[in-house]
Amino acid sequence: MAAVFVVGILVFLGVRASLVPRSFGQYGHYRGDAITEIAARPVNFAGHQACEDCHADVLEKKKSGKHVNVNCEACHGPLAKHVDDPGSVQPAKLDTAVLCVRCHEANLAKPKGFPQVASADHSSGLPCDTCHQPHSPAIVAEEKSEAKAGGKK
Amino acid sequence: MSISRRQMLLLLPAAAVAWKHVLAGTPEASPNYKLSDHWWGMLIDITKCIGCGNCVRACQTENDVPDGYFRTWVERYHVSDYDIENPHVDSPDGGKKGFLPSKEEGGKNFFVPKLCNHCSDSPCTQVCPVGATFISPDGVVLVDQKYCLGCRYCVQACPYGCRFIHPQKNVAEKCTLCYHRITKGLTTACCENCPTGARQLADLKNPNDPIHEFLKTHSVQVLKPYMATHSKTFYNGLDGSVR
Repeated sequence: MAAVFVVGILVFLGVRASLVPRSFGQYGHYRGDAITEIAARPVNFAGHQACEDCHADVLEKKKSGKHVNVNCEACHGPLAKHVDDPGSVQPAKLDTAVLCVRCHEANLAKPKGFPQVASADHSSGLPCDTCHQPHSPAIVAEEKSEAKAGGKK
Repeated sequence: MSISRRQMLLLLPAAAVAWKHVLAGTPEASPNYKLSDHWWGMLIDITKCIGCGNCVRACQTENDVPDGYFRTWVERYHVSDYDIENPHVDSPDGGKKGFLPSKEEGGKNFFVPKLCNHCSDSPCTQVCPVGATFISPDGVVLVDQKYCLGCRYCVQACPYGCRFIHPQKNVAEKCTLCYHRITKGLTTACCENCPTGARQLADLKNPNDPIHEFLKTHSVQVLKPYMATHSKTFYNGLDGSVR
């Protein structure tokens, strides 16, 4: 009888050892390796530090404008592949007529201090970069008159 | 040390194998990352959110979130002057494509971004029957998708509605606080792409993190504090009507 119990316990221990993953219980009641597996996923957005390493000129331009704290990939999209291989993967050209209104189209629910326009009235469909430079969007006086002359042709 | 022609030939295959490993690169680990040094959370400043949906789009690209499901989403609240208990909330497609203009009806209008609250006492991890979801030693609630049975207990247990069942994989899915990014020293995809800085990743164990100064100087609230989940997603400027 005792032998049956001993064999039973040994079988149980054997099955248990083979079924429970090795890292189970490493940190708690879960598989510890899951943490490293989740952390090993690839990154799609490279992060603005990676952009600034090469594009210091853009960083300089942004510093003088209100978009200083808007990170590059917020407009340009995920570009980790471009960081890995700048030669062959090029960022897409952006359409400012679509892009800018995502943030700047007027909406009552937006904070009052945030610059908003009703795009249909504001530019009558012209792309925003006709007048505004996206990296430093404020219009200085002389550019303004130039843009007006250009825009009303 | 001199190597004969014979030894050289014997060494070549070994060198080829070694070189293959060098080319493949080591798996993207984070050798300098120590689990016990961090306690992650997030700070959301409602007074800065413009409802552009950049965070939702960024999250979907970064994490391959299937269409129609959301790890983070943005809600628009309209609280009328005479019925503050029953706000009108909409979130078309999770706010992914932005919002149509709000109606001029008076009252309060504002946006509330939502995501997993990464609770310190999370109801979702407590109900898992197999130990597939857990709070990691650095304070992030994660799902082990190889272990998950897809029983949906956790989906029901989350008081914030932050979990869903992945339609193809049939396992629980949720915000990982971009665990694969924050362990590499990057910020989350939503924070990286928020143009107004309304979302900030916070490391509560880092004494130099600006979160500490912010929590001291602002009136900050969490969602559903009466659930005692000890949420780590902090909201600044949170209206009482937000559920």
